[in-house]
Amino acid sequence: MSQLFSKDNRQILTAPLNGDNPIMIQILGICSALAVTAQLEPAIVMGLSVTVITAFSNVIISIIRKTIPNRIRIIIQLVVVAALVTVVSMVLKAFAYDVSVKLSVYVGLIITNCILMGRLEAFAMMNKPWESFLDGIGNGLGYAWILVVIGAVRELLGSGTLLGYTIIPQGAYDAGYVNNGMMTMPAMALILLGIVIGVHRAVNKDIKS
Amino acid sequence: MKLNTNSNIYTIIYACVVVVIVAFLLAFVSSALKAPSEANERIDQQKQILASLNLKPEKAQVESQYKQVVVADPIVDTLGNVVSESGGFKVKRKDIGKPQLPVYVCQINGETKYVLPMVGKGLWGTIWGYLALNDDCETVYGAYFSHESETAGLGALIAEADFQSEFKGKKIHDAEGNYLSVVKFGSKQEHPEVQCDGISGATLTTNGVNAMISDYLKMYKNFLNKKKQNL
Repeated sequence: MSQLFSKDNRQILTAPLNGDNPIMIQILGICSALAVTAQLEPAIVMGLSVTVITAFSNVIISIIRKTIPNRIRIIIQLVVVAALVTVVSMVLKAFAYDVSVKLSVYVGLIITNCILMGRLEAFAMMNKPWESFLDGIGNGLGYAWILVVIGAVRELLGSGTLLGYTIIPQGAYDAGYVNNGMMTMPAMALILLGIVIGVHRAVNKDIKS
Repeated sequence: MKLNTNSNIYTIIYACVVVVIVAFLLAFVSSALKAPSEANERIDQQKQILASLNLKPEKAQVESQYKQVVVADPIVDTLGNVVSESGGFKVKRKDIGKPQLPVYVCQINGETKYVLPMVGKGLWGTIWGYLALNDDCETVYGAYFSHESETAGLGALIAEADFQSEFKGKKIHDAEGNYLSVVKFGSKQEHPEVQCDGISGATLTTNGVNAMISDYLKMYKNFLNKKKQNL
């Protein structure tokens, strides 16, 4: 057990949450981060979907890494990712229909998310399954928590709700408070993401860009 | 024996095996999840039809309430003839109006309502709606609109109750032949009987709504006229 969570492995799991974050440091997966964060719920589901898909595609690729012919390795990686994404999309349609409608094409577009291909090519092709699994979970969660932060801010300021529950009291509206419609548009997501990255770099001065 | 993973034959066989495995896996998952996902789509469509009748049941009650309210779903053609006594619900959204026109005949508190489905083009993608008419075939009882990808906060507002409730009590056309339409928000309504307030900043989406309503009311015209004569 102690070996499973050795110092190196803990590092693999936690580095992507902060110092090696796929969105904040590597600036990958931005497109979907902007598109699905108008509300908190789709942001959470999207984050979890990407985490599950990254983790399991990492494991699968890592298990078969020694058998993959070098010339078609990218294609094999794509096939594995595409299969997992299709499964996740079918599961969402069957058990979380409303969310799958909200996420629309972006579930399918997880296939093209650079985080996945990046982790497969850079990590899973060279490491054992367990380490790859941790790397996938770490990177998925690193992606997810940024989405959740942006989704929460956008839903709160844009619609006055969180997960559909009203947060801003009616009294505030009566006193003249207005929801910021800009927050529901992707442009504000980009600006918010910029602010998150800026704050993160200001706090962690040692990170080299 | 160490396999040469770079040989051509190995590569081709490897690719074939992977594809076959993935194909079987996906086919299996797809057939295993077919029933619940089709049920979700069905419930979603029923929910939208009920929404046009100003009914908003919880998800669990949608199917039972739909059964109660909708008594028939015939398909008519542009001449107003009934093509099929039932099956309107199964007409796919993209096929509505070409040339099948489903009508949902509903009973609410003893009154007959007709729900007409319609499909059109918004600014970015498909929009669709359901228009519920009273049994005089002229007065709007309720309306529901939704969209695929209209701009959030602008065109997407057509899916909100605030916009849809504007349609209640309007006529589908007036004596001068003007069809039910949406006009610029706040501008003077020259034909208040048939005009609703639009959404600021969503002119192109509401133009799409106007085109959709007039296109489909023209197609349903003969059917509605026949119903009127039988009153």
